[in-house]
Amino acid sequence: MTREVTLTIDGKQVTVPAGTVIVDAARKAGIDIPVFCYHPKMEPVGMCRMCLVEVGRPMRDRATGEPILEEDGSPKIQFGPKLETACTVPVSEGMVVVGLSEKVQAARKDILEFLLTSHPLDCPICDKGGECPLQDLTMAYGPSESRFIYDEKMHLEKHVPLGDLIYLDRERCIQCARCIRFQDEIAGDAVLEFYHRGRHTDVITNSEPGFDSYWSGNTTDICPVGALTTADFRFGARPWELKNAASICTHCPVGCNLTYNTRREAKSGGNVVIKRAMPRQNEEVNELWICDKGRFAYHFAESEERLTQPLVRKNGELTPVDWDEALTLIASQFRNAGERLLTLVGGRLPNEDLFNLKQLTEGLGGKVALHTYMGGGEYVVRHGLSAGSNLGDLGAGDTVMVIASDLEEEAPLWYLRLKQAAERGAKLIVANPRPTKLERYAGEVVRYTYGQELSIFDDLKAKVAGATNLVIFFGSEGLGLAGSKALAAACADLFVSSGHENTKPNNGLVGVWPAANTQGAWELGFTAGADLGAASLLYIVAADPVSDDTAAAEAIQNADFTVVQDLFLSETAALADVVLPAQAQVEREGTFVSGERRLQRFYPIVTAPGQTRPDFDIAAAIGEKLDIELKGRFPSLVFPQICAQVPAFAGLTYQKLAEVHPQWPLVDRSDRYYGGTSYGNQQGLGVHLQAAEAREIPAAPTAPALPEAEIIAVPVTTLYDHGRMVAASPVLQPRLRKPFIRLHPADAQKLKTTDGMTVGLAVDGGPVAPVLVIEDPAVPQGFALVARSMGVPIHQPATFEIRIAETSMA
Amino acid sequence: MALPERAQVQEILRGMWITFRSMFEKPVTIQYPEVKRRIHTRFRGRHVLNRYENGLEKCIGCSLCAAACPADAIFVESAENTDEERYSPGERYASTYEINMLRCIFCGYCEDACPTQAITLEDNYELSFTSRRDAIYTKERLLVPVPEGGKPTPQKVEPGVFTRAVPEMADPTD
Ligand code: SF4
Ligand code: SF4
Ligand code: SF4
Ligand code: SF4
Ligand code: FES
Repeated sequence: MTREVTLTIDGKQVTVPAGTVIVDAARKAGIDIPVFCYHPKMEPVGMCRMCLVEVGRPMRDRATGEPILEEDGSPKIQFGPKLETACTVPVSEGMVVVGLSEKVQAARKDILEFLLTSHPLDCPICDKGGECPLQDLTMAYGPSESRFIYDEKMHLEKHVPLGDLIYLDRERCIQCARCIRFQDEIAGDAVLEFYHRGRHTDVITNSEPGFDSYWSGNTTDICPVGALTTADFRFGARPWELKNAASICTHCPVGCNLTYNTRREAKSGGNVVIKRAMPRQNEEVNELWICDKGRFAYHFAESEERLTQPLVRKNGELTPVDWDEALTLIASQFRNAGERLLTLVGGRLPNEDLFNLKQLTEGLGGKVALHTYMGGGEYVVRHGLSAGSNLGDLGAGDTVMVIASDLEEEAPLWYLRLKQAAERGAKLIVANPRPTKLERYAGEVVRYTYGQELSIFDDLKAKVAGATNLVIFFGSEGLGLAGSKALAAACADLFVSSGHENTKPNNGLVGVWPAANTQGAWELGFTAGADLGAASLLYIVAADPVSDDTAAAEAIQNADFTVVQDLFLSETAALADVVLPAQAQVEREGTFVSGERRLQRFYPIVTAPGQTRPDFDIAAAIGEKLDIELKGRFPSLVFPQICAQVPAFAGLTYQKLAEVHPQWPLVDRSDRYYGGTSYGNQQGLGVHLQAAEAREIPAAPTAPALPEAEIIAVPVTTLYDHGRMVAASPVLQPRLRKPFIRLHPADAQKLKTTDGMTVGLAVDGGPVAPVLVIEDPAVPQGFALVARSMGVPIHQPATFEIRIAETSMA
Repeated sequence: MALPERAQVQEILRGMWITFRSMFEKPVTIQYPEVKRRIHTRFRGRHVLNRYENGLEKCIGCSLCAAACPADAIFVESAENTDEERYSPGERYASTYEINMLRCIFCGYCEDACPTQAITLEDNYELSFTSRRDAIYTKERLLVPVPEGGKPTPQKVEPGVFTRAVPEMADPTD
């Protein structure tokens, strides 16, 4: 327990832990001390001087060390001759802070006058105008006139792209270094720095390409002026014109809390559209941050290529029909389906949809399966995190292990959280066949060869021994379904045999799943690895098996009848007999289970296009035709059914998911100078699923052997893949990498390729796709890294062929 | 039928006398539309969006008029200028600008809020529409014609000339 200190700020007594700086103590007491450079998530630097206050400390007798008392018996307070910066001075017992004196007011006024000497008169056109700390604090504390000469204002560049996503306006920058410090301290990408000095101080980027970081958008939230703006929102709207609605990011299993800002837009025919995605504070999930994928990739829902009406294959062509015709056709085929029916779902479906699809299929006697390249969910359902867990609590004595995952590429926020856990003193063990960024912060790095994952567990056992709390993240780097399942089993074994139990908070397995609600699917009892070829009736929802496995195309062609339900006419949908248009996550409500087993609710943001319907509703509509009663219309009708049936959900309600409690730092849109423009959380922090006494744990499967070849292609995950949910975003386009094959230079030589060359690549006898050769000494010899969802179908370690003659295909 | 009483006859005659007398007065009726009404200097009629002499639009798409409008009659959407396609000085211009004249109460707050004197309420009071759509004045309808010697927007301009959105005030105390 840290020592508590009591002090007086503006006449109010505050008790805070020792070590707290005055600004934070004041914030706790509800007293405003204005700041620009201080941010509660970063180390104080005392650069801007906005937070100056008078600080007095109790006097002590030099000889005896006894406090000197006033006549009335109260301690005598000695004030320093100068003002002190409240952001750098830690509190001490008996301290008296005065922020309301004339001296302090005058100082604030002067600082603002200085800051405004070269500030342009840009408020009318500035994207920050209306939510700008400099504006707000000038109104509150600033001078009404400046003594500086107008003609001496510096005129600087106003349109400086720091990278493809972030623009800098040099005139507006007040050199607070929040952006630079964020990149350095929090993101661990020190790609920004100051250049020159004095009045010429400039923010520059030192990376190539510019501002090369997955975290860049956050700097625009914490920049206290409009110096940093995003390419996405630039001149998009004035902040006061925006409405906001709460959501959950749908791009990875972290489940970052978001607030979408919306407005009507002329070019969308007066429809409400999303103008920007902002972080919503959840200190147990994403704190105040989101990655650039979560911030910029939301555009997929507004893509022109969305399916908007049901299609039925007539004379070999997919032809638009009305819902009733499509549903009637499906019902006639699915009636008495029995075992012939296989429903294959994707992990981006919300729980309510998964539940209805399962009820429907099982009601018909069919089987459901989850489409995923990563398995092992059974083990996480049994040993996943439970109530009270918060990666932000991990520290000294705790151990976190990450195996077979490049966390920053797969679930970026977890990378941040584990980096911080390591900085707080937790033991971070990173085991991967090649170096990953998280390793910089790791206490122990374990290297193994692809395919040899299980061989290191004896070693790992020794490394995790004695941990107070143990959290194990496992991924699918270089693994297919069977391989990752075997890995999950080994992790579960390690977790249990080292004496840990997931009923204790902050103990458990976390799967770094490919989709936002893969964990939800496991919890609802879905299993992976279904054989598409064995079913003659296929119902494929929110999954595109054909794009990463060529065998799936054959299965669909051999099936009697295939229904595909999706947002886009995917490669799989193009082969279907019936295609049903579904709604995107931002168009409806529902719940997701994050990889940490936190159940979170999202709300409708925009109206859905055309005749699209949410997946749970479509399932209910099919059910209605087949006399299977399911709840359509509202997810809130489905959710209680889930809670009644699935033990892990027992006792949960939408109301519980909407509960909030005060979080530290106190972030609120009403005083943005403190935490930035990210949103506070009024819509719910989510709830952990119960540590379920799970169904039977399957016996550990044997790890599959690697294919026989001199060099083996292994799948890896990149954050900006070429899936439609990323590539449809125009702002992210320039950040997308070319499809690649990453090779050790020696292997590249063997294949007669060179760095930067474009070659044809065929994996496992599949179609040939053009890829860029990247030579990278960090890649283990004998392996070639190929990214998933980048146009080359790969879902497990495989043999491959290079065609050099096809360089012209680039 | 009884004969009218004397008092009644008197009243009728008085009324007829007023009618007769007014035939020699100067008429107050204006022969609209042939004759138009005199406009007072502070009259607030239909808005226009003004241009600078070179033809660039004064409006910088800041939405302050929309924020000030008590009737929520204005809708602004903005986009970024480039030197190849410049609508207004500075970085921002109004890509959509609409005023719904059915909502407008002609208070003039928008004019007051505008940092560039782009929107002004002028003399035109002849507002008649046959549909609600027509009552929405778009940017094209609101913009004044390009002044003589100016060029229509968008213009292709020398880089680095029009960098300031808000013009320097001739007299800042004004
Ligand atoms: S760009 Fe913004 S955050 Fe960065 S130093 Fe300038 S004012 Fe501070
Ligand atoms: S870390 Fe994951 S959940 Fe969070 S914003 Fe990024 S993609 Fe979305
Ligand atoms: S005159 Fe008044 S009501 Fe009309 S658009 Fe302007 S601000 Fe709105
Ligand atoms: S008319 Fe004036 S206030 Fe309205 S958007 Fe244009 S510049 Fe801004
Ligand atoms: S010096 Fe304290 S906030 Fe900047």
